[in-house]
Amino acid sequence: MKMRLYKLVKTAAALATVAVLGGAVQAEDSVNIGFVYVGPVGDGGWTFAHDNGRQEMIKNLKADGIEAKTTVIESVPEGPEAERVIRELSVKGNSIIFTTSFGYMDPTFKVARTQPKTTFFHATGFKNAPNMGTYEPRTYQGAYLAGVMAGHMSKSKKLGFVASIPIPEVIRNINAYTLGAQSVDPSITTQIVWIGDWFNPAKEKQAAEAMIAEGADVLLQNTDSPAVLKAAQDNGVMAFGWDSDMTAYGPKAHLASAVIQWGGFYTDAVKSVLDGKFDNANVWDGVKEGMIDIISYNKDLLSEEAIAAAEAAKAKMMAGERIVFVGPIQNKAGEEVVAAGVSLDDDALHGLSWLVKGIDGSLPE
Amino acid sequence: MSTELILSLTSLLAIGLGYAIPLIFASMGELVVEKSGVLNLGVEGMMIVGAVTAFSVTVDTGSVWLGLLAGGIAGTLISVIFAVLAIHLLTRQVPTGLALTIFGLGLSGYLGKDLVGKTVPDSIVYPVPILKEIPILGDSLFTQTLPGYLAIIIGLVVVYVLAKTRIGLIVRAVGESPEVAHSIGFSVRKTRYAATLFGGLMAGLGGGYIALIQQKFWVENMTAGIGWIALILVVFSSWKPFRLILGAIFFGIISGLSFYMQAKNYPINPNLLNSMPFIASMVVLCITSANSKRSSANAPASLGQSYHS
Repeated sequence: MKMRLYKLVKTAAALATVAVLGGAVQAEDSVNIGFVYVGPVGDGGWTFAHDNGRQEMIKNLKADGIEAKTTVIESVPEGPEAERVIRELSVKGNSIIFTTSFGYMDPTFKVARTQPKTTFFHATGFKNAPNMGTYEPRTYQGAYLAGVMAGHMSKSKKLGFVASIPIPEVIRNINAYTLGAQSVDPSITTQIVWIGDWFNPAKEKQAAEAMIAEGADVLLQNTDSPAVLKAAQDNGVMAFGWDSDMTAYGPKAHLASAVIQWGGFYTDAVKSVLDGKFDNANVWDGVKEGMIDIISYNKDLLSEEAIAAAEAAKAKMMAGERIVFVGPIQNKAGEEVVAAGVSLDDDALHGLSWLVKGIDGSLPE
Repeated sequence: MSTELILSLTSLLAIGLGYAIPLIFASMGELVVEKSGVLNLGVEGMMIVGAVTAFSVTVDTGSVWLGLLAGGIAGTLISVIFAVLAIHLLTRQVPTGLALTIFGLGLSGYLGKDLVGKTVPDSIVYPVPILKEIPILGDSLFTQTLPGYLAIIIGLVVVYVLAKTRIGLIVRAVGESPEVAHSIGFSVRKTRYAATLFGGLMAGLGGGYIALIQQKFWVENMTAGIGWIALILVVFSSWKPFRLILGAIFFGIISGLSFYMQAKNYPINPNLLNSMPFIASMVVLCITSANSKRSSANAPASLGQSYHS
């Protein structure tokens, strides 16, 4: 009852915003671009990072003499309401539309087929149309780099991971974090706790505290709030920022932040459309392309070796070397799932559904 | 008991209690509101406005107490909207409360735009001498921040006031039978106003506690449903204030238990563990409502009904 009413009001508000802002007249050197966000810009994480990317894009395009007029619709529920918002953005003259959450896949696809003059970009999905491409960050690379540092910093040799929902993306990140740490010390283990939510600060905190009580001393999270970092600081252990730079939330516990930088992609995507070079490929960018980075090293806590090791791994990623899922890799049960010297390809990574050796905790099935 | 088990229970209790304190604030307020016959479903909205106001004031002044006070005042002010609509203008209480929650979430998001990424000072933990030495309980119960103790003290005061004082009696009388209370000279409207504003104050304090002490940061929608759990707790405890305090701690422990058992690697499916708070609530509700006469007798008779004097 509450949710339905809530969604209704939000959608009404979203549609009203489109009606007011979307009708801008398009000049020759300007382009109207629509953004659909799943959360509020103030989430400090996922949507916050998208909005930083949008602002960077505007700046970059301006430097090239292109005026980008953006229309942002926040907190659009995933589902049929999204379709109306996306269609409205297109009808009101936005020639490029970015839809920034997995659940917008089908709505974007439906609108794309009936609005051939608009170009759509959908984040983290897998459906394409002639005028619809997809884009996704290799977040596991950031998790791996964090893991390398955690491997150097952990004294208890036990890491913690606050996990959200068991989809391949999250499983990749848990594995990558563990593999990164094991590249330093193969005896390191990672404890996982599932909270079943992307955003729930109270639960994120409880999950972190439960692992800290069991001896985990370097934490990472695949959830959206800074609660885990804050819990780490309160309990005198270490943690990382995720999606956005979270230094300010826990300066005494923060080792570094694995961030997503959408600005470069958004700039290139808009230019590709304006230059008539759009192709609807699946973009899966990482450190090499600048979409993933690890930033804000805490030099008070991190040893020089830890930073050097992370930088070395990052340099290999920059050079395009695949270093994260390279065999030999054993699964949780100790069976070899990737043979020595073999590197998992993108198809295998997209469907990843097993945990590597050294992870404590199970997958909810 | 082995030392390890004692340590485990201590940390579990501590994790549960951290979760329970904002619940005690908010649900204790709502209990008083409902005792007067008013059903305010706007707890989540009042909490989040309390949270953003408290956080903002503490960021500006550096004082957690001033922030908490501001959070309480903000919660009270928001509840005035509900009181005017539902008590004065006799709008239906359920949709009015829902609207208040939606309003609060939107307003707090707007007010908090510049607060993302800011932090507030740590609150100092004050262990109570002697009591903190009690095994298992001592280290978790008696090692709180001052606002944490405040929640428990206010909770106990409400238990006393509702049961033993004239004010408590008036509130209960208005909730049970506004006609009778009115006929013997009590003002139903004034009593309900006071109760509703008290509910707003407590929800605001609960929200302030979340932003200033539990999390120490601000992100939009950060209460993430705590206000709704506070509402459930009131029913869960059959409108009995002392049971409410225990219920809040029970809820906190049950919620933490899932993560705690995962962290201990018990071979149980995490999905099942995460649904434990719901399973536990159902079980308790079944037990408490098994005797239908007793459980329904506890609900204030005029709950949710407008009264026109």
